[in-house]
Amino acid sequence: MKKIVSGLMVMFALGQTAQASMEDDPLVTMFLMDRFEVLDNDENTRVWEGSFWIGYDINKLYLYSEGEATSDGLESSQNELVYSRAMAPFWDVQMGLAYDKSDDASKTWVEIAISGLAPYYFETRAALLVNGEGNVGLRLDAEYEALLTQKLILTPSLEADLYTKDDPDMHIGSGISNLEAGLRLRYEFIRELAPLYRYYMGKNIWKYT
Amino acid sequence: MRRRTFVKGVAVTSLLTLTATDAEARTRSKRINNRNILRGNEFFLDIDYTPVNITGKNAVATAINGQIPAPTLVWKEGETVTLHVTNHLKKTSSIHWHGIILPAGMDGVPGLSFDGIAPGETFTYTFKVRQHGTYWYHSHSGFQEQTGMYGAIIIQPKRKEPFAYDKDYVVLLSDWSDEKPETIYKKLKKMSHYYNFSRRTVGTFLDEVKEKGLANAFSDRKMWNQMRMNDRDLSDVTGYTYTFLMNGKNPATQFKALFNRGEKIRLRFVNASAMTFFDVRIPGLKMTVVAADGNHVKPLSIEEFRIGVAETYDVIVEPADHKAYAIFAQSIDRSGYAMGSFTPKTSMLAKAPAMDPKPVLTHTDMGMDMGQMDHGGGMKCGSGMMMSSKKDLEKDKYAKMESQRYPITQLPMKRGLQTTMKAVAPKYRLDDPGVGLRNNGRKVLTYADLKNRYSTRKAKKPDREIILHLTGNMERYMWSINGIKYADSKPLVFYYGERIRITFINDTMMNHPMHLHGMWSDLETGDDNHLVRKHTVIVQPGAKISYRVTVDARGAWAYHCHMLYHMAGMFRKVVVA
Ligand SMILES: [Cu+2]
Repeated sequence: MKKIVSGLMVMFALGQTAQASMEDDPLVTMFLMDRFEVLDNDENTRVWEGSFWIGYDINKLYLYSEGEATSDGLESSQNELVYSRAMAPFWDVQMGLAYDKSDDASKTWVEIAISGLAPYYFETRAALLVNGEGNVGLRLDAEYEALLTQKLILTPSLEADLYTKDDPDMHIGSGISNLEAGLRLRYEFIRELAPLYRYYMGKNIWKYT
Repeated sequence: MRRRTFVKGVAVTSLLTLTATDAEARTRSKRINNRNILRGNEFFLDIDYTPVNITGKNAVATAINGQIPAPTLVWKEGETVTLHVTNHLKKTSSIHWHGIILPAGMDGVPGLSFDGIAPGETFTYTFKVRQHGTYWYHSHSGFQEQTGMYGAIIIQPKRKEPFAYDKDYVVLLSDWSDEKPETIYKKLKKMSHYYNFSRRTVGTFLDEVKEKGLANAFSDRKMWNQMRMNDRDLSDVTGYTYTFLMNGKNPATQFKALFNRGEKIRLRFVNASAMTFFDVRIPGLKMTVVAADGNHVKPLSIEEFRIGVAETYDVIVEPADHKAYAIFAQSIDRSGYAMGSFTPKTSMLAKAPAMDPKPVLTHTDMGMDMGQMDHGGGMKCGSGMMMSSKKDLEKDKYAKMESQRYPITQLPMKRGLQTTMKAVAPKYRLDDPGVGLRNNGRKVLTYADLKNRYSTRKAKKPDREIILHLTGNMERYMWSINGIKYADSKPLVFYYGERIRITFINDTMMNHPMHLHGMWSDLETGDDNHLVRKHTVIVQPGAKISYRVTVDARGAWAYHCHMLYHMAGMFRKVVVA
């Protein structure tokens, strides 16, 4: 499965805190829409991938969401709400819940993750999930930003989802269930707004037993 | 970036002439006392929101007497000055007299010296002036300094100065942004490279591969990549948002200093910016440095100097030709410049020279051993004009500084998530003009060149020493001292009457101008007989520096980095008991 699509990356702040005194650690909010695409098809498919966080230097609350929806209603998505705490200069430990949706089925997971900047500037996240049915999942993400110019940025990424059990309703198979390599090219008109061009190869390897 | 700055400047010219007169008319009707220079011993200063147009867009500044910069205050050494400061803002405000020796209650730091000046209130400062030279004043509340609260102070000496000049001008440098400072700070918290458009690109790497081969290029990058450090990280906030000003004028509207041929002119440089280091020169003219931070130094002829945030330098120039000279102050990261004309006629304007190439940090700036680590990084100490014998001599001097032993008072130190870097082999680098100025073919001032005009031979030797590490997490944009930010720190205790040696080690890749309130910093530059007296000392990235402080002022004092967005964390309260 290969796809080439164009989209938009948007980064902006929501709301200013009223405080203006010289506090070293103000409340900061950040909304990052890595990807937002509206496909020109009959179902009017919308694809998104983004994150939102609110918090301070050390403690933050993160919301991650990615998925696909059509005009007929939501199709599939992965959503995570985690409390994030800085544990090392470049690393955060995160804990919370994940909520997956796939057509009419849904699953809730308990999640623990580490997220941060690895040496050589790899933006990395590894999440371990457990759900009520005893399925254990591992979701890995890594990406790298290569500056072609100061504003033209190429981002190769790698995503892998692994599970211990099959879950046909959720289109999940044991072992490596999903593998995706992507390449995003964006142009930052300003930091907050960058149209992007996206190329990715993915493989959904789930299978029924 | 150069093109952008240029375009920004030009676009603004016509607009500004209009709005400048506009604003003047407006403020004149509002205030009678709108003068650039205020003299005497009683002063009335009003802090208020003031509409300005500095970039072509309307903005609101917090200004003193409706002016940016605030009026230059001229005091006389030995007199008592009284300053009535009224706060018309909706927030608490304050004024700190930078570098002035005075009682702690008059120092103007909210929370330490007093409660600050509440909205609608007037605070009266009064103290005896016990020094002379060029200083400045600014708000010490929130980020108000960034939005226009700064001005120069000239203190006329009681006794005749040991040099002559015909005229003098204040040359006050600052950085203006239409963005709210709170917004700037939060953007840095979200993305510390937000304002940096000089980062390494794939092209930079390919050039290096071409130059030295893949293996070498890769191994050169190795340490930076492993440490997740950026060798193009020179300024947190850049010309992307800043317009650099000289006496409140941008490079298009130009500050003009007039001279007659043959005159000796004293220029009093003040760096009143929030976040910008400037490299200053007047192409075609040599400058004789006569004072640093208000204090006389042995006269020294130079072509260029770096001025850190909050420092002041007095230089004397003698223009020989009937032409306009550029007073050119490029920001350390070369993302823009402040510029004015030094000219015989206001109709003759100088052209800006080209900016220097963008500097790249080396392993030296990372605090690695320069002997082994620097493979062709272009690093050589000194202004590039030093003879090798002189260089050996310098080395001896630093060896001596290195070998000084005083009882060390241990201070709490944390290497937690507040720090991303550690200078492994920090060195005294007083003869290093700093990144971007090394071997540029010009005679650049270094701290090693600065010598007190008067002997300090009789000054007391230090009783003890403390070591302070300047630390930060550049990724999360957190700044601290000894890995502990101000909010989590305990005050430093100094004892009245003692002489303390303070050694800084900079565990970051940024220059930090460290400012101790209330007491002088007698900087060791290698000659104990001529310790140079300063109020603000630049600690270079990865470097070490020492100075001595005679603890002769009781009370609570602020001790901090003067980079506005570093200050909240990189701050200590000093209690003199
Ligand atoms: Cu600093």
